[in-house]
Amino acid sequence: MKNFPGKTISWRVADGAIELTLDRAPCNEIGAATLGELEAFVESLESLERDAHALIISSARKEGFCAGADLRELYRESQAIAAPARAAGLRDFLERIHRVMNRIDSSPLTTIAAVHGVTFGGGFELALACDLIIADKTARFCFPELRLGLIPGFGGIPRLKRDLGNAVVRDLLLTGRSINAAKAQAVGLVSQVTAEGESMRVARATAAQLKKFDRGTSIAAKKFIKPIPHEELQQEIEIFCELFERPAVEAGLRKFVESSDALPYLP
Amino acid sequence: MSALQKTTDEIMDLAAAHFKVPRAQLHPDDDFFSRLGINSLQALDLLTRIEQHFKIELPDYELQGVSDFRTLAERIQSRL
Repeated sequence: MKNFPGKTISWRVADGAIELTLDRAPCNEIGAATLGELEAFVESLESLERDAHALIISSARKEGFCAGADLRELYRESQAIAAPARAAGLRDFLERIHRVMNRIDSSPLTTIAAVHGVTFGGGFELALACDLIIADKTARFCFPELRLGLIPGFGGIPRLKRDLGNAVVRDLLLTGRSINAAKAQAVGLVSQVTAEGESMRVARATAAQLKKFDRGTSIAAKKFIKPIPHEELQQEIEIFCELFERPAVEAGLRKFVESSDALPYLP
Repeated sequence: MSALQKTTDEIMDLAAAHFKVPRAQLHPDDDFFSRLGINSLQALDLLTRIEQHFKIELPDYELQGVSDFRTLAERIQSRL
């Protein structure tokens, strides 16, 4: 499918760049519906890749790029089923989202996350699967999972460790603090910082530049420099599933879900 | 004017301009969540603008329990 107008995401091809847009209120939380459409996207990717040289992922939501997993849905579903089925369902969800992330990560296209505002948890992890992150100056990056008694579960730690020094990874992971676009660029996470509302324009300009290069060379360069940390990604799933069974997680999720703030994102 | 007062004024100027609230309605001891009518996500947006304006890094956990402009200014002062 060259064009797909879904309920939570959409995509189209323009000037040789696939533009994947996240659009689910309030801030592109990733639950079953988004995951299903992301799976449809990666299934279409092989055919889309034949006519494209770049993939740009962005958000149509004013609030930000993506606030991560849909914790309300996760809590609701975890309360509705018994423990063994819950554990199996969680593992299945994680393995499915990891397949999506790994497919985007390993795409022969040059991939760009054009981000703004909240880029938290799973949203941060989606951006990390891309080759380049172009951030407008409103962007904030955060792994808030420890607040819930969890670790990032969509591949964030191994991918952040692949890209940055371990000290930066520990800082973000263990404090749960958010950093702005300027700081993210200073530590090497973000490739370009733009004015507010300009990340998509800059991403398109960058994609146009990439088009000038020989595709085979770009593919070889990416394959050489961007290995997928499969072993650590699998370890992450195991640790996440183990932690999820602890009472602290249920308490953390309940606190989040019952928050009177519509968007309780302040760590 | 003390440095703290100046910082408090600058925060209120920033907040009034960004959230389109009349500046005269803002006071140092106001609860900025209710006065500006913002949620935690918009508070993060304000934090980003504060970091840019003052050229500082202010970890968001330092804002836990902070809801008035004056205390926010104190946190900022400790980073200047």
